[in-house]
Formats: sequence, C-alpha cells, structure tokens
Amino acid sequence: MALPMSRASVNGTDHALPADPRRTLLDWLREDLGLTGTKKGCDHGQCGACTVLVDGRRINSCLSLAQLHDGDTIETIESIGSADNLSPLQKAFVTHDGFQCGYCTPGQICSAKAMMQELSEGWASAVSDDVTAAPDITREELRERMSGNLCRCGAYSNIIAALEEVLADAASERADA
Amino acid sequence: MSRTDTVTYDSPDTRNLLDHTRQGVIGKPLDRPEGPLKVSGSATYSAEWKFDDCAEGVLVLATIAQGTVQRLHKQRVLDMPGVLAVLADEAMTRRSTQGTAGEAPVQGVHTVDYFAQPIALVVAETFEQARDAALALEVDYVESKSPIALDPESPDAEVEDPDNSETVEGGDLEKAMHDAAFAIDVEYRTPGHASAAMEPHATIAQWHGDRLELHGSYQMLAYNVKEIADCLSIDPEKVRIIAPYVGGGFGSKLGITHEAVAAAIAARQLKRPVRVVMSRQQVFETVMRRSETRQRVRLASDASGKLIGLGHEALVSNLPDEEFAEPVTQATEFLYGGENRLLKVEVARISRMTAGSVRAPGEAVGMQVLEAAMDELAEAVDIDPVELRKRNLPAKVPVEGTAYSSRMLVEALDQGAEAFGWDQRRPRPCQTREGDWWIGMGMASAARVNMLVPAEARVTLKADGAALVETDQTDIGTGSYAILGQIAGEMLGLPIDRVNVVLGDTSLPAGAGSGGSFGAISTGSAVMRACEAIRTTLSEALGCDTDALDLKDGTATSGDLSQSLSDLLGGNDIVETGKIEPGKTAEDFSQASYGAFFAEVAVHAFTGETRVRRMTGAFGFGRVLNAKTARSQCLGGMVWGIGSALTEELAFDLRDGHLVNHDLAEYHVPVHADVPAIEVILLEERDAAASPLQAKGVGELGICGAAGAITNAIYNACGARLRNFPMTLDKVIPHLPDPFAEVA
Ligand code: FES
Ligand code: FES
Repeated sequence: MALPMSRASVNGTDHALPADPRRTLLDWLREDLGLTGTKKGCDHGQCGACTVLVDGRRINSCLSLAQLHDGDTIETIESIGSADNLSPLQKAFVTHDGFQCGYCTPGQICSAKAMMQELSEGWASAVSDDVTAAPDITREELRERMSGNLCRCGAYSNIIAALEEVLADAASERADA
Repeated sequence: MSRTDTVTYDSPDTRNLLDHTRQGVIGKPLDRPEGPLKVSGSATYSAEWKFDDCAEGVLVLATIAQGTVQRLHKQRVLDMPGVLAVLADEAMTRRSTQGTAGEAPVQGVHTVDYFAQPIALVVAETFEQARDAALALEVDYVESKSPIALDPESPDAEVEDPDNSETVEGGDLEKAMHDAAFAIDVEYRTPGHASAAMEPHATIAQWHGDRLELHGSYQMLAYNVKEIADCLSIDPEKVRIIAPYVGGGFGSKLGITHEAVAAAIAARQLKRPVRVVMSRQQVFETVMRRSETRQRVRLASDASGKLIGLGHEALVSNLPDEEFAEPVTQATEFLYGGENRLLKVEVARISRMTAGSVRAPGEAVGMQVLEAAMDELAEAVDIDPVELRKRNLPAKVPVEGTAYSSRMLVEALDQGAEAFGWDQRRPRPCQTREGDWWIGMGMASAARVNMLVPAEARVTLKADGAALVETDQTDIGTGSYAILGQIAGEMLGLPIDRVNVVLGDTSLPAGAGSGGSFGAISTGSAVMRACEAIRTTLSEALGCDTDALDLKDGTATSGDLSQSLSDLLGGNDIVETGKIEPGKTAEDFSQASYGAFFAEVAVHAFTGETRVRRMTGAFGFGRVLNAKTARSQCLGGMVWGIGSALTEELAFDLRDGHLVNHDLAEYHVPVHADVPAIEVILLEERDAAASPLQAKGVGELGICGAAGAITNAIYNACGARLRNFPMTLDKVIPHLPDPFAEVA
C-alpha cells in the first residue's frame, strides 16, 4: 500500500497517489484523475502516446508505476494549453496538420516540449556529430529526438515542420530580446 | 442547370456545381475544425468516456491454434480480489467482422480457429484486477485431430478460388510470352501487415433496459450497429453507437470485433457498464491481418516496351469460409494494356487470425509488386521507367472495354518527375556512391479503385443563418469534419465558422463510414444533395430560379434581389436529408484515382541498410476538397509505403501458429527518423462520373505503389533486385557489389 504521505503534483494540483501498487502513472492520470489527454497506445513503452513531463523531463508514463512518483511534479498535455487557449506549439500542430487521428498527438507535443528543453540545454543525440558541442538543430536531429513517438497516420513530416516553425520563432524572439 | 436525381447516381453530374458557387471555401487548405481539441487532449476517444460503476473486462486468448476449450478453471479466478465474472458466451466472436458485412462474424469461443483467438472475458472492478485474473485463468484444451495448415504455401493447405474476385482472362498469355520481344516472368512475396492504428480497440457497453449503447472505436457505424445486433440477436433499432473521435483504423475497425461484443454481453449480465480495451498485443494477434501474398507477374512486350500480355496471379490466405481474399490484382485490371492476360487470385485456407482489409486492400500489395516488375521490364527494354508506363496506358480497360471516367496518370508522371528531378537519375545501378552509401532513384505509378457507397446526411440551415451538418460518418483522421463543413459552407454560402459538423453517432443519418477511401465522396455527396434541397427552398423564398441563386457570406442574391439568410428564413430552420447510392456510373466507367511516386534512397555499401532520402508523390483524384487534409492523406500513405518496403512484416511461427512480433517493438512501423521530407503534388481534376462533387477517393492512394518506387530505387542504387518484401538488411547484403571496388 502507498504510504499515507505519497503525493504528487499534477498540473499544479496536489494529489494522493493511488493505493494499488500495480497502477501505472498513465492509468492513474487517465482513470483516477480523469486526465485522458495522455493516451495509451501500447502500455509497453513502445509508442510514446503516453508521454508526460516529470520534473520537466519526458517519460513514458505507462512504464512507470504511480507510487514511484512521491513528491514529483507532473505535467500533462492539459497543462500545456486548452482548446481555446493553445500554446504556440499546439497551434503549430494545427496549422501544419501535424496529426490526423490525433491519438499520438498529446504525446508528440509533450515530447516535443521536453525535447526543445533538452536542445536548449545542449544535450547530444545519436546523430550529433560532436557530442560536446551545442547541437545543430537540423531536421535529422529533430527526427532522431522525436523517434520515440510513433504516428501511424504518418504525420511525421508535418510534425517536423511544426517544430521547425516553433524553434525558428523562439530563435527570432531570442535575437530580438 | 437543374437536374432531377434519383437516389442512385446513374449519370455523371456535369453541372459541376461547386465551381459555380461563390463562397470559395471548397478545396482550401483549412485547418481541421477539431484540431484544437486533438492537440489539447480534449477530444474524447473510445475508452475515455466516464460512466459511474463501470467494470473492466480483459480478454483471454487461446494458447493453441486449433481445437476446443475443454474447461476454464473459473473458480480460482472468481476468488481473486475484485473479480466479477468469467464469461465464455457462445455469442462472443471467434473472428472479426469484415468491412461492410452488416452481420455477425463467426461466433462461439469454445472452438479455437487460430492461435490467440479470444476464448473468454474476465471482468473485475479495476483494470489491474481484471488483467491479473485474465493472466491467472487456467484453460484445458483439446487440440484438433485434423488441423489445417499454418503455412499458406504448405502442400497441405487447401487452395480455393475466392468469392470476392473473378479471374480475368483474355487472349492467349502463354503465346504472348512466347512471341514477346521482352518477357518478364517473376515471383514476388509480400508479408502480412498489421493496421496498427495508434488507438487500441476499445468499447464501453451499457444497457438502458433493452437498449444497448456503445462508446467505441469503429469506422463504419451504420454497419457496426447491425453487426453487434446480429451478434446479440437483438433489433438493430435498439443499438446506439457513439464514436466522435477514432484514433485511426486503417481497416482494423471496419467491422465489429471481439471487445465490443464481449463488453455488451458482460454489461448485460452484470447490469452495469463494462469497458473492454484490448492490449496492443491482443490487437495485433486477434483483430485482423492483411494476408501475405505470393505473386507471379508476367509481362510480355514488343520491342518498344508496349505490353502485349500481362499476367498477375496471387496466392493469399484466410481462415476457412471467410469470403474476403486480398484483391491483389484489382488495379492490374485497368492500369496497363496487354489484351492477352490472366489475372487471378487464389486463397489458401489456413489457421491464422482473420485476414481482411488493411489500408488499400489489394492495391497496397498488388501495386508495389506490379510496379517492381514493370521496373524489371523497363530495364530489359532499356527505356526510361516513366516512358514505359506512358506507353502502356490503354484507351479502354483491356478485356472489359469499359471507358475511363478520368485518368491523370500522365500528368502525375510528368509533374512528379519534373518536381523530383528524375532527369538526374542514372539508368544503370551502382553509379552513384556517397561515402559508404549507394544512392539510387526509383519510381512507380499509383492507382486505387474509386467507390461511391450509400450515404445519408442531414443539413440544417438554422434561422440565424448558421448551418449544422449531421451524420454518423466517422472521422478516423481522414478529415471528415473539415471537408463536410467545407462542402456545406460552399453550397450554402457560409464562412466556415458558421458551419458546425457533428459526426459519429448512430442516432444521426447513416453516412458511408470510413473505409475504402469512400467516406468523403459518399457522405460528402449526401451533404451536397441536402444543401441543394435547401438552395431550392431559399431560391423560392427569394423569388428566383435555383440556378440563378448566389449564396455568399450569409447573403442570398439573384440579380437585383438580395437578402440576408436570417431575413430570408423568417425565423424558421430548413432541414433536409441528402442521400446517395451508387448507380449506373459505377458500371459505365472505370473509376480510379491515379498518381506517381518518385523515391531516392541510400543503401549502405557494407550493411545493406536502406534509408529513404526523399520522396515525391503526384496525385490526381478528382476535386480536392481540402488541400491540407488531402495532402496529409497522401503523406500518410507514403509513410506506409516506406514501412511496406523496408520494415513491416507479420512473422508467424510455423510450429504452433503464434504471431511472433505482436507489438510495436517488434512490428516495425516507420518512426520519425525513417521519414524524410515528402513532397506531395495535388493535381486538380474534375471527375463527374465519380461523384456530384467531382471528387474521388484519396485516403489510400498514397500507399498504392509507394513501396515499389523504393524497391526500384534500391535496385538503382546498388543492383539488388529483391523480390521478397520487406527489403531488410539480411536480404540486401548478399546482393551488394564489392564495397571496395571502383565505382564504374
Ligand atoms: S503507451 Fe506508453 S509508450 Fe505506448
Ligand atoms: S495522428 Fe494518428 S497516430 Fe499520429
């Protein structure tokens, strides 16, 4: 059983973690908290549909038991932007048609958000030529870093176009600042 | 310009109404109206509806391929915490329903037809309890004493002529092959494919008295109602299905399947809502597969490359008594000439999960093989592969003599080639090397039959001048919400934000459903007809001929007459239901969407790994209803082509019949890193025979031949002529040239 103190913050609200130790973080979010924006595509860490941010880092929430998140800060798609108040990243997905059925989409967006943070922190990837240098933000880098998020509808090139737009806007904002 | 249509579409509607309306929203690359819901996680998919007291069901699958279930050791499981029931009802489905069946599939879960067939449902208070109990359920089986073959090519496999395709025979193919200046006689193989829609199949069933309500993930609701009603022996009128958002289908959700029927039975027994979500592995193992194929292609040409004979014979498989057989030769019938021909499909009866429709049944595998064989012919004749295609476009469909409704293949070939830079291709293999990589280019034609199917839709022009479009049509990612709104907006002269589209509920008029690329044109035509009826009423109110009525931005105009719609409506709604059914145009014309693929690949000189570096597709499919969503359909299809060419393959263990790669870790769909920038060219075309919209289907066209272009590019890169899809490293390596030799 969960310790009475086991709690986590989800989208800024404090919640007691579930009693059943078998409950995954994904099922806790979807079933107990009603945050169904996070999707279950495989339940085995193979598709990325369940991607959420834990303390700012992306994880597959299906691969993690809820009780392991005592004291963690969890962000889901619901915290990134609502339908009538979309974030720039979500807007770019809409304008570039970075989805079709939409089932992989919250995972893609959460993953992309964290990936951009990783890029800005200078993380290397398997396709980076120089793992010590700041990464070049090429399409190849973006594809590599997003490859944990499957899209059976095949919206990949539109997703990359959406990410390029958001990254370019962010870069020009930095240049203006 | 007026025209009295019966419900059936018997003669081409050449009025071309949508080019005379004035709103200017049809065809525009508008964003999907439901996009904000999808990107914010607030679109509700099947398993996500919340109902009080909902119990959780988990299916139990057979661990033998053929036999009977002798005993389920239920009691131990019923004693586990939270477990409510263990069901093995004879109404539960043993096989999945084929698309448009409208009736129950094979039922009864005491007999086992194939490995991993459902045999029971365990229901508990929570998912975790149900899952553990399902895992713990012990089952005694009696294995069949006379099992059928597990391998379609085994000599024991019974082979039949299928019911769903007819052999096409003309002239004398043997003689043509003998007389030909060039003759190609090759055998190709394609493996089984999985739809692998990203949302697993899920249903929440609940009964309100004798009425059944399902929230679930299905493609063709009007048919699904009949299927589940037939499974449960209840009146279809008593079933309602709600599915506003469907996380992909690609054929796997055409017909009702196991989780829906099991959930309904459990909910009836337990008198509470029951949810059954299939695991990813269960979806792979027991829903639906595209059959593997063995295809013999014979091409006989004269000295110029003109076909005088064409043979395409395929062996596919399915369970005994299933009507569906992958219609491999469907596009071969009309694509190229060669009057001496033999096109034939045979089906081997084997023990593997039901074979059925996976995106573009027939063409997806038939076209990739035909187009690979055409590349072999182009090489033999020594002409450009694009030119070979152009030389072989017949004036009428060979043997049958049917006229083409329209065909943009030459335009697709030319514009695709130009945009891609096909003239840079070096005709001989092994000519271009960049570091450790061989570089090559390949092309293929695209073709997919066009179908109009029965559909209804209701359109309400509200007193305030806004419109509501309602049908049970689903949007499985295809863009139904977008295009149905655009058709209504265009016909009624409304900006798109004045049109609301409500879908996916069987209490609404029955749309076509999503399948066979027919959803948009069929349901769209029904919407158009409903709007035409509204236009007639509006013109009467304004006092003009229907033909002289102009509708734009909520104002009706005709000559000097002009009135806002809300004034004209005088506080009343106009409600019309539009209907369409296929008619004589379907028989009088050969209707298909066409296109061309161009691909550049890099093949690693040492490892044989293939990377697709870029791809161009050019497509002609009648009127483009929304340039953004149509383009996405084409893109998605081409991504499937990459998967078919390089990675996707269902692998069955021939000792016991189990599917070895039953999840997304082992069945490799393309990921971001596999997909380059893809260029899509949409060719504007009008095809009045196809639909009053002048539009044809596009949802599947992008896959139909795409893998052939990649295969041909592999050959052009490194000289490996492979005839066994997918082109994995192990198959490429033995054919690679000496990596250290000088490039010629
Ligand atoms: S559901 Fe978690 S990775 Fe697929
Ligand atoms: S949008 Fe359907 S799986 Fe990505």
